[in-house]
Amino acid sequence: MKFVKNKVGRSIPEELFGKKLIPFTGKGKGPYKERKYAPKIRKTSPGDSKVLTSIQEAIKKGGLADGGTISFHHHFRNGDYLLNMVCHEIAKMGLKDIRLVPSSIQPINDELLTYLEKGIITHINCGTSGKIADAISRGKMKGLLTIRSHGGRARSIENGDVEIDIAFIASPTSDEYGNINGVHGKYACGSLGYAMPDAQFANYVVAVTNTLVPFPNNPISISQDHVDSVVLLKKPIGNPAGIVTTSLRVTRDPKNLKIARDCIEVIKASGLLKEGLSFQSGAGGTALAATQFLSQYMKAKGIKGSFGMGGATEALVRMLEDGLFDAILDVQSFDIYAVRSLLNNPKHIEMGASQYANPLSSGCAVNLLDTVILGCTEIDTKFNVNTSTESDGRIMHGMGGHQDTSEGAKLTIIAAPLQRGRIPIVVDDVVSVNSPGENIDVFVTERGIAVNPESQYFDILTKTKSLNTKSIEDLKAEAEKLIGGKPQKPKTTDRIVGIIEYRDGSVLDVIYQVEK
Amino acid sequence: MSKKATKIKDEQMNRLRRSRLYIPGNNPAMVQNAVVYGADSLIFDLEDSISLDEKDSARHLVRNALLTLDFEGCEVTVRINSLDTEYFIKDLEAIVPTKPDGLLLPKTESFEELIRIDDLISEIEEKNDIPIGTVKLMPIIESAKGVLQIEKIAEAPRVVALGLGGEDLVADIGAKRTKFGRELDYISSKIILACAANKIQAIDTVFTDINDLEGLHKATLRAIEIGFQGKSVIHPSQIEQVHRAFSPSQEEIDRAKRIIKAYKDAKKKGLGVVSVDGRMIDLPVVKLSERILKRAAASYQNT
Repeated sequence: MKFVKNKVGRSIPEELFGKKLIPFTGKGKGPYKERKYAPKIRKTSPGDSKVLTSIQEAIKKGGLADGGTISFHHHFRNGDYLLNMVCHEIAKMGLKDIRLVPSSIQPINDELLTYLEKGIITHINCGTSGKIADAISRGKMKGLLTIRSHGGRARSIENGDVEIDIAFIASPTSDEYGNINGVHGKYACGSLGYAMPDAQFANYVVAVTNTLVPFPNNPISISQDHVDSVVLLKKPIGNPAGIVTTSLRVTRDPKNLKIARDCIEVIKASGLLKEGLSFQSGAGGTALAATQFLSQYMKAKGIKGSFGMGGATEALVRMLEDGLFDAILDVQSFDIYAVRSLLNNPKHIEMGASQYANPLSSGCAVNLLDTVILGCTEIDTKFNVNTSTESDGRIMHGMGGHQDTSEGAKLTIIAAPLQRGRIPIVVDDVVSVNSPGENIDVFVTERGIAVNPESQYFDILTKTKSLNTKSIEDLKAEAEKLIGGKPQKPKTTDRIVGIIEYRDGSVLDVIYQVEK
Repeated sequence: MSKKATKIKDEQMNRLRRSRLYIPGNNPAMVQNAVVYGADSLIFDLEDSISLDEKDSARHLVRNALLTLDFEGCEVTVRINSLDTEYFIKDLEAIVPTKPDGLLLPKTESFEELIRIDDLISEIEEKNDIPIGTVKLMPIIESAKGVLQIEKIAEAPRVVALGLGGEDLVADIGAKRTKFGRELDYISSKIILACAANKIQAIDTVFTDINDLEGLHKATLRAIEIGFQGKSVIHPSQIEQVHRAFSPSQEEIDRAKRIIKAYKDAKKKGLGVVSVDGRMIDLPVVKLSERILKRAAASYQNT
């Protein structure tokens, strides 16, 4: 295998599983293809019915064969039954060598492990967690895991890097002609943003629902002109309790609260916290705390922002309701409060994954972000961020919109404690790179704030007296001193089990199988 | 008192102790992270928050933390067990050699016990080549008896600050504990007076409702009004509120600046008497102004 070093110093094979890989050469370098992918033309004639009563029928109608590709959204999160259901059906039908392209794999999908081992599922394209991630790390899947950001996934579907044979869309409600929304019914999940590229570019689209509503469904998130079959099932497609939480928990850990507070101090010092601010943060405990501190500050100072983006959470929605933002752009709704807001508040706008973050589109929303607060599992002295692998080399997470928002936002803040369970978060080289250091402006820890010397905010932030800024090397030294030394590198074999793509389709890093 | 001794005493008097954070001495993560929250002082506790079967491990942990960790200029103190317990001497022998800035002495009731403790510490300091008098004392008044001895206690050697233990005191005098501590008004004033007379600091008791941050802010403002120089806190989230209360207003800052400037100008010109805004200024007022500017600087206010 021939290798080429990419811009972040990682050795990338020229070819893997018969596919040529493009090494990452820096942000903004694509596109690598001239035209978008065009799916097959399908036709529904007057009098035709789209309604089916079994998944197997839909698989047959979609013409899935060995080596085929199927896609899913993960808006049902850990309450999703559909992905498992479809895979069981495929196994029953004796199909094999299937490529799974969900927008995420959750612990609820652990039961698919056996299909990896049997060669029924041989490739997975998405961030993974739980037992599946662990099994892939240990070399139990024949093919390759491809980890993409939300924007990268949309791009790969639109430019044909991934050709979807059948997109299965878990639909909280659908009418019999395939008009779908995510805001009604027992299984309401809010935005259906991640399913939108699938609906537009798959060769066959199947809505799966327990709730058939009279035509026309209203509002329409995914429309009938993209949907070929509507499978009406009695068996539940999800578990409402796992789909949305009633309330996400703001951190109570004083260390994380300090980090959250300092994130807002950084935004203040940058000069961006003024009229018209646009902001995104996640649903983690620290991010939620930061959102609350931001909200308090904006209220106290009478500052009105332009839009908030997410991962919509109650914290963000309350800012909209308090008039602190004019709108929320919502690619996925995290809690019941956000789902209700999307249903009732016209200022709460649903958006697709491509509109959100596809870099090779005519304009995605992350480009308009002033600032974003993100997490990491590790960061290195070049500010490269790892979100996918643990310090022991095993795959543990996906990356969400990390590299999308970190490239798009003017000011990208990484918030994390300096150590977790006596493992330092700042290292010489991260195990794997999900966001290149060139995207990152600031790293905020409880023991100090490191500003990337390449950041346009370096001078203004390091000159702000109230910010405890340090070099990232000093933070690393501090972390190592606290835990009593440098941790060992993970031990891996030379078999590549996964690749991490940059959002434009070039390859940032590869993941090796861990030693037993 | 020698000139040098006066200077040291002055530094101790002026040291910023707006917040002092209690950390249970048996919790490694909390001990390690104590420094990050921005408290002016840290109190590693070996006393009330440590159960009897954890006394030894807490002492061991705090000793080693003091020997290894960098506290970045934060004042480091340890609340040891009281003189009448079997742990007292063990605590003293383990902690004094690590040179903490100070020891908090719970349930202090007399001048005599402080003299005894001073002797014991001197012995340990001498044995460990530590200059005698390095480790300061911060008695805590927790009983009616202690309150009545306050004037003597404030005069004892090594004492740089006095605190009060609100909960124990209220129980001892049989009063009712109220949110803003009206029942402690007299005792607080008495302690503040004794401290002022001896140029040491009075530190207010803890505010126990960690969920009521606004209440804490209000209580701290009250404490500042009657002359406390700091407040003990039991949770890191309380620090910000205490510091907020201690941040002087822009008006106070401006006036303090005018006073110090007028005083310096007068000194240069050899004038004995100065007035600012039509009011006479003398040394205590100048000192108070300096303290205000120090508090402002600590909150990164515009000075």
